[in-house]
Order: sequence, then C-alpha cells, then structure tokens
Amino acid sequence: MKEIILTPKELPDVGLIAETITPDLFAGKSIGKIASLLIFAGNQRKKLGDFFEVAGKSADDASDTRIVIKGDITKVKMVGKGTKAGEIVIEGSAGMYVGEEMRGGKITVLGNVDSFAGQTMRGGELVIKGNAGDYLGAAYRGDWRGMRGGVILVEGNAGAETGLFMVGGKIKIKGNCGTFAGVHMKKGLIIIEGQTPERAGAEMTGGSIVVMGDTDILPTFAPVNEEKNPEIDGEKLKGTFQTYSGDHAERGAKGMLYKFV
Amino acid sequence: MQESLSKRCTVASDVVCPFCGTLCDDIEVDVKDNKITDVRHACRIGTAKFFSVLEEGRPTKPLIRKNGVMVETTVDTAVKKAAEILKKSIRPLLYGWSSTSCEAHAHGIAIAEEVGGVIDGTTSVCHGPSVLAIQDVGCPSCTLAEVKNRADLVIYWGCNPMHAHPRHLSRYTIYPRGYFRERGHQDRELIVIDVRKTDTAKIANKFIKVDYGRDYELLGAIRAAVNGNEINAEVVGGVTKEEIQKLAEKLKNCQFGVIFFGMGLTMTSAKHRNIDNAICLTKDLNRHTKFSIMPMRGHYNVTGFGEVLTWQTGYPYAVDFSTGYPRYNPGETSANDVLQRGEADAALIVASDPVAHFPRKSVEYLAKMPLIYIGPHHTPTSLLADVFIPSTFVGIETGGTAYRMDTVPLYAKKVVDGPKGVLSDEEILERIYKEIVRGK
Ligand code: SF4
Repeated sequence: MKEIILTPKELPDVGLIAETITPDLFAGKSIGKIASLLIFAGNQRKKLGDFFEVAGKSADDASDTRIVIKGDITKVKMVGKGTKAGEIVIEGSAGMYVGEEMRGGKITVLGNVDSFAGQTMRGGELVIKGNAGDYLGAAYRGDWRGMRGGVILVEGNAGAETGLFMVGGKIKIKGNCGTFAGVHMKKGLIIIEGQTPERAGAEMTGGSIVVMGDTDILPTFAPVNEEKNPEIDGEKLKGTFQTYSGDHAERGAKGMLYKFV
Repeated sequence: MQESLSKRCTVASDVVCPFCGTLCDDIEVDVKDNKITDVRHACRIGTAKFFSVLEEGRPTKPLIRKNGVMVETTVDTAVKKAAEILKKSIRPLLYGWSSTSCEAHAHGIAIAEEVGGVIDGTTSVCHGPSVLAIQDVGCPSCTLAEVKNRADLVIYWGCNPMHAHPRHLSRYTIYPRGYFRERGHQDRELIVIDVRKTDTAKIANKFIKVDYGRDYELLGAIRAAVNGNEINAEVVGGVTKEEIQKLAEKLKNCQFGVIFFGMGLTMTSAKHRNIDNAICLTKDLNRHTKFSIMPMRGHYNVTGFGEVLTWQTGYPYAVDFSTGYPRYNPGETSANDVLQRGEADAALIVASDPVAHFPRKSVEYLAKMPLIYIGPHHTPTSLLADVFIPSTFVGIETGGTAYRMDTVPLYAKKVVDGPKGVLSDEEILERIYKEIVRGK
C-alpha cells in the first residue's frame, strides 16, 4: 500500500469543504496534482495544497492508496465523501460528514468526529476511536433510506438520531448513545454497549437494536421473551436479553429491541 | 379607499394584517392626513402593529458606524457600504425575512447566491423542526377555508392561539359558520393538549394535560390505539391508557379533524420527532376519516420565505450557496450553527431581531462581525449594526405578497405613505444587489 501524507497548515475559521480528500481521487495522481485538487473555504475556491502539506506517493489504484492526515481537522468537512476503496487515517479529530456516502474502503479517525459521519453510507468500514456527533450513519434530510450497508464502529459515545432511517449495515457503539437511536429504522443492526437515555427504536418498523446499558423503553414496544446468547445478523451476543417488538405506534412493525438483563 | 363623511377620513378596507401567520384580510383602517386614526376588526396585537408606524423616534435616516459611533448618512452611501461588506465576506450570513414581503425575499436570495452566502429565515428557530419532519414523512394538510367549512374536530397541541393568533379561532376554526358547519361552534369540538391550562384550553370542550416533554410518547400511544395496537403502560405522559383509547376513538369517528401545533411541540424534548409522530398520527387517521395537520406559523410572512426559497433553490431555509449551488442541512447550514462554529464573517439581517432572540453565544459572534441591518425599528440588532438602513412597514406603508400559515398567498396592501426618503426592504435589497453585481 502506498501512502499520501497530508499535514494540515493553519486552517481558516470559516471551515473547509474537502470532499476531494478520498483515495479514489488521489489514486494515480502526482503530488502536484493532488495539491491542486479543489477545496472550498467559505465561498472561495482554493487548492488542497493551500491548507495541507502533501507528501508521499499514491498508487495507481485507489485500493492500494492510503491517506494519512497528520493532525486535527475539526474544521474540515466531508473528508472521504463517497470513498469506494483504499484507506484514510485521520490522526486527530475530524469535522462533519466524515465518510458520507461511503461505499467501500476504510476510514479510521483517532479522535472525535462531528455530526453526520457515515451519512447514507452503503459499504466499507468507518472506525471512530473517540466520540461521534449526532446523526451518525443517518439519512440525509428527507431521505427515507439512510445507511444501507457497511460497518460503523465508535469506541466512545455517539449523539442523537444514530442510524436514522437505517436500511442495512451495522453500527456498534462501545460507549453511550444519544436519544432516538435507530429512529425510523427498517433493517440493519445497532449495538449500544453503554446506555441510551430513551426512545431507542422510535417509529422503527424493522431491524434490531441491542442495548447493554440502561434505557427507558417506549410504551409502544411490547415485551416478547428472554433470549440467551442470541445471534443477530451474524453478531454473537453474550448474556441474557429481554426482547421487545415495536414500534407499535406503526402498523405491522417488526423491529426488535434487545435489552441486556 | 372611500371617503367616510362622518369622520372626514379615508377608509381602507379588506386590508391584510401584517402581524401573525393568521394573516386576517378583513381589516379596516381609517386614515386622515396620511395618519392612521383607527383600525377595526384586527385583534389587539394586530391593531398595535398598525399603530406602531406612528412610534416616536422612528429611525428615518440610514446610519453607518464610524470610529465606533453611528452617524447619519445617505441611502446611497449605506447601500455602497453594505455591498462592500457582503462582497468582501467569504461566508456571509443573510438572516431574518419573516416580517417582509416575498418580493424582498426574492432580492435577498439573489444577493445570497451572488455573494455565495448562507441564507436562513427565522423558521430556523421556530418551525424549523416542523420542516424537518415534513421532509421526513410528508404533510397531509389543507387550507384554513377547508377547516372553516368542514372541520368538526379541532385540536390545538402545544399552542395558545388565544394569545399568539387571537383571531384564528374566530375566523377559521371554532366560531365561524361554515358550509357544512352551519351552527358554527355548536357543530365543532375543540380539544386542547398542552402542559398547562392555557386560555385556549379554558374554552375547549376537552383539555388534556400532558407531562412536560412527554408529547412524543403520548402521540405514539395515540397512534398505537388508532392502529389497534396494545399500549404497554397504564399511564403515558400523564394521560391514562383508557383516556388515550377514548381519544383515539373520538379522532377516528369525526368527519373532518385537524391538528394545529405550535412551539410546545416543535421546541420541546423530541422536537422534530414530535411533529414527525403527529404527522404520522394524521396519516394513520386518514385510514379512518379525513384528518389534516398544520403548523401555527408565527410571523405573518415566515411561510412566504419558505415558499420563495423553495421555488428558487429547492430548500425552505438554511441554504448555503458557498459552493455555487444550493446546499441544505440544518445543523450545518442553519444560522445558529454557522455562528456558533464561528464560520460567518459578516451578516445581513432583514426584518427580524436575532440579537434579542438568539442564544448568547451566537450573539457574541454577531457582535464581532460587520453587521448590516434593514428594518423599520431600532432593535437590539440595530444597536449592534455597522450599517443600519431603516425601511418601511410592509403591509402598511408598502404593498407586498405574504403567505398565510396554510400557504395561501395574499397581497398585503399599502394604506399610508412611509416617512419621506425611507425605502422599502424590497427597494433597499434591490439596490444592494445592483451595487454588488455592478461592473461584473
Ligand atoms: S390574528 Fe394575527 S393576523 Fe389577525 S388581526 Fe390578529 S395579529 Fe393580525
């Protein structure tokens, strides 16, 4: 695998839109070409090289290209948007929309990410070592098909409306999760190892949500039974779980909520 | 206008009240020597709006900040200065719009596109959550005329029209006689759901007190009952299961029901998910009867801004033109988010007062950047402005189109001339736009 190293210079307060930072666009390009890729700073059309030192070498193929970002890019939005192959490692925290519309490859963020990470993701792997903001793996505003495939792993906590309108894939959160996890979910799996205050699975019609920690279950969920070491979508869980079906505010809802007991 | 001999004044009739989203269009205004002397048919707050044009100390001259103090200047200089600020900015925020005409909106949007800015309306801090929910799950709505002529069950949820939209009940929902509701309020039932017994709740046939922040659960439980599903709690949000089931039956068995909702739903606990669930309840009810839902829009033309922005960009508020095409995502491109992340570097505020209403952190940022303010009054925002261009009152001193809360457009008439030399929002914005594109 060949590596391109991006070292952030001073980043402007207005924030950057950097959807060009993806292995798919870097592959087969010289350092000079990469440094001249388009980045928006507010309404200004700028070059990637204006804000990042670019070093290393890219492979001809995206799947052999790894982008390493050395430092904090909290002010940078849309890194890795639509990534199909290859790898991105962010050695700090990242801004909004990391891995938005991702279809393949892997993005690892060592710090935290802002809201809308992995929005409408279809494939690949998004690993966040810190915390995630709101709308992790969610749908775009007004879309009724959110995350369709791939895996999101958060080692810290996640915010509200994680997996909104989820129709496939997996989201695992090692820490706690905000309200409305899996709201309107139709398919797929969300595992919350910590607690989630309330309203998990609100208006869900399918899919599964597992909560290991505390949570208040909506009155429109119905207890089903107790299951030992259940296997859901290929994930083997250890322990005894009280299962609930719902959300019965909806007609014919087939969502499942697993609460660790 | 016609002469009224007894009073020796002119009477403007069928005037539209430019105050709240009810947009009453039956107001009569007496005018003598270009002064409003009486206002009839309007409610108290509407009447006060008409008389506010007579306010003492009303600003008539543009002001510009020089060495920290505001000094009088000409419209030309102020317009030039405003255009300069906007042209220089790399992330300008254009905010407000709810109390001006659609014609002014069109110019504002043109400016936003030209300068690659973020344009957002007061919807953002008001019914923004309703818009998000509508985009997620749709909106079975109707016009207020349909409510007037057909509704036999009216629900006000989390709103208090007796104070915020005083003529809503008398013009459209409860008291008027409609085509199919000949006996007026005797043919209708009013249910109010709120966290406290408001003045609207006091006149309701039924008041349901919901625990604070539990509207979402209550809505879900009513939906479950309507859909024939079990509710797994004896009490939901302070309302017993039995009562919820009775209510569900009542809703299913009316002929034409309508839910009006306000800030009590949009701005508490589940926010847009409250609206989402309320809309889904309306959809569920349409399997049994005819049901509609409508947000109680506040400012008289907040709906209009959403309409104009939508037909021009595809999105109703929080539109970001920085990349050259419209992008939309409240949470990123909404006014408070752009301010609190410290992104905006200049602001144009029109027909609203964010300094009085935004969170402190946002105001702190607003205070730091060059600020242009266009509006008829001195407000906390005008005090922070670097350029202040006073304008006329739309619907009183300038005509213009406004949209009622049910998205019916009405033309708000001019009844008196504005102060000499004071331009309308529309004219000022058009001149700023022309100044920006000049020489391009
Ligand atoms: S209800 Fe609203 S529109 Fe009607 S008169 Fe009162 S303030 Fe004006």
